[in-house]
Amino acid sequence: MNEGVYNILVVGIGGQGVMTATEILAEAAIALGHDAKKTEVAGMAQRGGVVSSHLRFGPKVLSPQITGGEADLLLAFESAEALRWCHYLKPGGLVLMNTAKLVPPVVNIGLYDYPADPVAEIRARGYEVHAFDAMAIAMALGDMRLGNTVMLGAIGDHLPFPAETLLEAIVRRFSTRKPQLVELNRKAFEMGRQADASAGHVAETAQSAA
Amino acid sequence: MGNEAIGLGALAAGVRVVTGYPGTPSSEILPTVSARKNGPIHVEWSVNEKVALEVAAGAAMAGARAMVTMKQVGLNVAADPLMSLAYLGVKGGMVVVVADDPGPISSQTEQDTRTFGLFSKLPVFDPASPEEAYEMVIDAFELSERYGTPVLFRPTTRVCHGNAPVALREAVAEAAPARFVKDPRWVIFPKLSYENHVKIEQRLPVIAEEFSGYRFNSLAGRGRLGIVTQGISSGYVAEALAILAESGRPLPAHKLLRVATPHPFPKTLAADFLDGLERVLVVEELDPYLERELQRLAGERHQPVTVLGKGSGHLPLAGENTIAAVTRAIGGFFGFDMPAAAPAGAATQPAAAPPLPARPPVLCAGCSHRNSYLAVKRSMRKRRAIFSGDIGCYTLGNAEPLNMVDTCLCMGAGINMAQGLRVVQPDAVQFAFIGDSTFFHSGITGVINAVYNRTPIVVVVLDNSTTAMTGLQPHPGTGDTMMGDIAPKIDIATVLRGIGVQHVEKCDPMQLEEAEAAVVRAVDATAHGVAALIFESPCIHVCPAGPQYVVDADACQCKECIIKLGCPAILSVDGKAWIDNSLCHGCDLCLQVCRFDAIHRLSPAEAAP
Repeated sequence: MNEGVYNILVVGIGGQGVMTATEILAEAAIALGHDAKKTEVAGMAQRGGVVSSHLRFGPKVLSPQITGGEADLLLAFESAEALRWCHYLKPGGLVLMNTAKLVPPVVNIGLYDYPADPVAEIRARGYEVHAFDAMAIAMALGDMRLGNTVMLGAIGDHLPFPAETLLEAIVRRFSTRKPQLVELNRKAFEMGRQADASAGHVAETAQSAA
Repeated sequence: MGNEAIGLGALAAGVRVVTGYPGTPSSEILPTVSARKNGPIHVEWSVNEKVALEVAAGAAMAGARAMVTMKQVGLNVAADPLMSLAYLGVKGGMVVVVADDPGPISSQTEQDTRTFGLFSKLPVFDPASPEEAYEMVIDAFELSERYGTPVLFRPTTRVCHGNAPVALREAVAEAAPARFVKDPRWVIFPKLSYENHVKIEQRLPVIAEEFSGYRFNSLAGRGRLGIVTQGISSGYVAEALAILAESGRPLPAHKLLRVATPHPFPKTLAADFLDGLERVLVVEELDPYLERELQRLAGERHQPVTVLGKGSGHLPLAGENTIAAVTRAIGGFFGFDMPAAAPAGAATQPAAAPPLPARPPVLCAGCSHRNSYLAVKRSMRKRRAIFSGDIGCYTLGNAEPLNMVDTCLCMGAGINMAQGLRVVQPDAVQFAFIGDSTFFHSGITGVINAVYNRTPIVVVVLDNSTTAMTGLQPHPGTGDTMMGDIAPKIDIATVLRGIGVQHVEKCDPMQLEEAEAAVVRAVDATAHGVAALIFESPCIHVCPAGPQYVVDADACQCKECIIKLGCPAILSVDGKAWIDNSLCHGCDLCLQVCRFDAIHRLSPAEAAP
């Protein structure tokens, strides 16, 4: 009954656009005729809390929550969050992660340590990692808020449908709400796609070297 | 989103009046109606849930279809009118939407509105998905009108905030004009209550019988084992059965009952389900409601059937259900050898890994509540003081390093608990913090009580010009309504003076030193009675950002900004403070507390775009 259901977990910090990114992924899946269900757990605060958004799509989806160990893909908007959620992946699953670190105040006042090397820790647990600095890419394009389109670009080539379908969903959204931003988002999407491709290349090299 | 589906369903059912008070996870229903309505439909955020329910009751008595929205604890506030309205009844269909929050994810309690249905003798609808919620709201209006009773509509967080494609249909009814007809039936008196109580008790079995054939209740399968479920758990049960089937073991024959209308309990359907069963597993969230109903029914039938669920420890008594927990429970119920409670993939999580930094909800960078709390904290350094909090963003002032919330119970409680604390501990200064929306919700009566009983507390109103935590809803102090009208702003200071508070001062908390002086003046004024201080500064989500700041790393020494403020925009980089300008809102509090003059304002030319 779960045949053909694809599970994507999108995680990050409140305010990064995690929920919007998941919504766009869902819209792309629905546009292709899939059944889709989505649910999220957001912290109480509007910003700064842990956000995890579950998306499941396929011929027929029975319930919205992804079970631990069943996610096909983890799209992580922040490094420590990638580490926090990677156990949701199927064994050996793929993590697409932003290497940017958002250090919470609890670390600053000395209550916790921020993990030293999240990428290495995730790899040590047997997952494949494509890591890139989405925040730097967004900043280079002139707007931090492009970060979620960069992240969507990075997932573009790992979906059971063409990246163009996802790009169309992004363009559709911006054409109705902010048409002046369509071109910039196209660019951000393409740069995210390239960042993922070169991160994938790096990952392969690292693997063959090991 | 499920909440949008509920709002759109109400519109399709011809709703005429929609009222509510914001509360997670119910807050998006009412704005959906406001945004998508097309016609003479009245939508309002009421002052609190009791008011909302009473406004809707008036409309429904006149024959209009009305809907009220709130979260589960809101129903406690609205319980008084609801209990009496259950006896009086309505003319137009009236649906009371009460969103429950298993977990709880964002609530004070894990109370179950189905049990409230039992208590208030009202029919309850319990949708399992956004798609179903849409259809079921329309059914709820129809049933309400046909039986002349308000009905409860109880989604949970996963339905409210779940997303799925929903097929919309043509409106089944128009928002019809209605007129009130004078009739003694609308005036509650003991004699009428007795008569109506009899009618209600006679009616409930009739509705239960109708529910036994209701389209969203279902019974399938055969065998000696039975599974009962409801709401979002039905999805988990379907998923768990699929997972167990895929694991290669043949599933034993079993029956499956889904209950979408828990009250009045669809007894005939449940009796069909129980026929021939030896063991039953109930999979539900919050109270073991269906579990008790089935135990009762089995007792009535003298049927030797074992009913398992929360009571037997097969499923957790508290918190949300998960697919993993439900799979384990059903697998065990089927006699399969199930692995112990550990989700698949957990083995890859090394036990020795240091804990990841928690990200507790914190006050936003630039939030004026941080300034207000700091002003009080600093001016009370050498005094004994107790800080009673309330429900809203400012509850987050409990976190380190502010640590300024000593009590928090429910909306409006802080002002009253401070009075009780003052009575038994007069040597401590008693502060009660309350937000602007919460002040209107249920703060005013408490202040009147303190003035009347001469209990000298300091009421601190944290006025940020919005209902921030639930998503920036307007309220009586903001000057706008859900109908798009400009309304007169109700001034909190005038209200406080009007109810007899002698010392009322407004102050901008963004100026720390002046704010501290105002706190001291308010505390001194308690020698003569209740004192009130209103910290006025808008929420960062409703006002533009200020200038940007930078830390001179060479001059940075005290780290006061990091140690004392807990501002998410200030990070420690190489032992020095560093300001993340993408989060900074330009409040300049860090500059005000820095003892080494290490923080500087950037000129517009230097600032990043």
